[in-house]
Amino acid sequence: MRVQDDFVRKLASEGKRIDGRKMDETRPIEIISRPIEKAEGSALVRIGDTQVIAGVKLSVAEPYSDRPDEGSLMAGAEFSPIASPDFEPGPPNAESIELARVIDRGIRESGAIDVKKLCIKKGEKVWMVSVDINILDNHGNLLDASALAASAALANTVFPALDKDGKVDFYAPKTKTKLPIAFKPVACTFYKVGDKMLLDPTRDEEHAATARITITTRDDGNVAAIQKGGIEGLTEEEIMYAAETSIKKGKDIRKLIK
Amino acid sequence: MKRIDGRKADELRELEIEAGVLRNATGSARVRMGRTIAVAGVYGPREMFPRRLQKNEKATVQVRYTMAPFSTDERVRPGRSRRSQEISMVAANALEAAVFTEDFPKASIDVFVDIIQADAGTRTAAINAAAVALADAGVPMRDMICSVAIGKIDGTYVVDLAGKEEDASVCDFPVSYMPNLKKVTHMQMDGNITKKDMEEMMKLVVKTCEKIHKAQKEALEKRWLK
Repeated sequence: MRVQDDFVRKLASEGKRIDGRKMDETRPIEIISRPIEKAEGSALVRIGDTQVIAGVKLSVAEPYSDRPDEGSLMAGAEFSPIASPDFEPGPPNAESIELARVIDRGIRESGAIDVKKLCIKKGEKVWMVSVDINILDNHGNLLDASALAASAALANTVFPALDKDGKVDFYAPKTKTKLPIAFKPVACTFYKVGDKMLLDPTRDEEHAATARITITTRDDGNVAAIQKGGIEGLTEEEIMYAAETSIKKGKDIRKLIK
Repeated sequence: MKRIDGRKADELRELEIEAGVLRNATGSARVRMGRTIAVAGVYGPREMFPRRLQKNEKATVQVRYTMAPFSTDERVRPGRSRRSQEISMVAANALEAAVFTEDFPKASIDVFVDIIQADAGTRTAAINAAAVALADAGVPMRDMICSVAIGKIDGTYVVDLAGKEEDASVCDFPVSYMPNLKKVTHMQMDGNITKKDMEEMMKLVVKTCEKIHKAQKEALEKRWLK
């Protein structure tokens, strides 16, 4: 039990937060588009002091035999030990796998990218999209920062040129054709502290919380993915509050993606 | 001899150094050499685990060098490779020479370097960034460490190989150097060169490291004095 936990809970019960924000207020968000020229798409996202970078690589691959006309998409996350004294080098731990899975679902299973449009030649060649998340500085809410970085990176992704053998030509400049995206998913995460739901938690708030819910929304205001975490249960009102706030806030955050 | 990016033979790529870019790390720095970008974070001096690796008389400088999967043309598989482990080791040796490790018995000074974009010279960018990050962390040091790779293309010695120059050069000769103590803390070479070549290239290393040293000092001054 940490002293901060009690303090965060006491403040929350009075409707206050450590950094003076409102319950449904995010820290300042900044998106830097295309910081990595070598990647087909990239974005650096800062939410307060949290810094996350996402890069997209496109490669030509053989389609899966059961889906001959569909490209594939894969998301991975690296909790680099550069980002926090708590992260240790080694194989991905459960948290980084969960993070990557939530982002993966937010993009792939929600249909943000139409994988049918990634087909080059049916049964032979398709595009494979790899989204990799590198966490640089963890000050809470890695989920939203990573999802936003992935979304922003995909939005500025262009196809590389192909050589006459149909392989990616690294020596030619990239094409101007953008990766077709159906919508830009935006995730909003709430942590439950006491009986309050806090949007965009800092690390101290995450530590003091008992439950978590992430809601990913689409451009049209519909919900694309949900992930509940933590042990304690959430009431229906709490869940609906999170959904409603995510839709509202998601709209503002999406405007930052260029 | 013309270079692919139009530089003079003894000219560095555009060098940009910023200290204090990460808040969690004790010290940090970002170094951009042309299109190669390295971010370094230092944690410590802190207790070393596992304990059996502790050294009774001094601290250990540990480096973990990693390339982001999106840093190159073809995606890099995440995780440790033999290449990254070797670079981590030579970088740790290059840095430890400058650190007063005897001031922190049994401790570990952990240096993490993420290469977020690679366009040749990642180990030299990593060492340049790590040295600034160590200084930014307030780790007591004898000297700065500056690192640069020299090559030889069409009979001309060239400084700070970029991109495809690495393939065109008869050698890749990365060196790390302490500019005040005038000591080499890391040197590697692949290729085929004469003793004369070595002498000439060492002269270029010394000259170029002065420029890098100046940029490193400026970055630290900007962070701490202004």
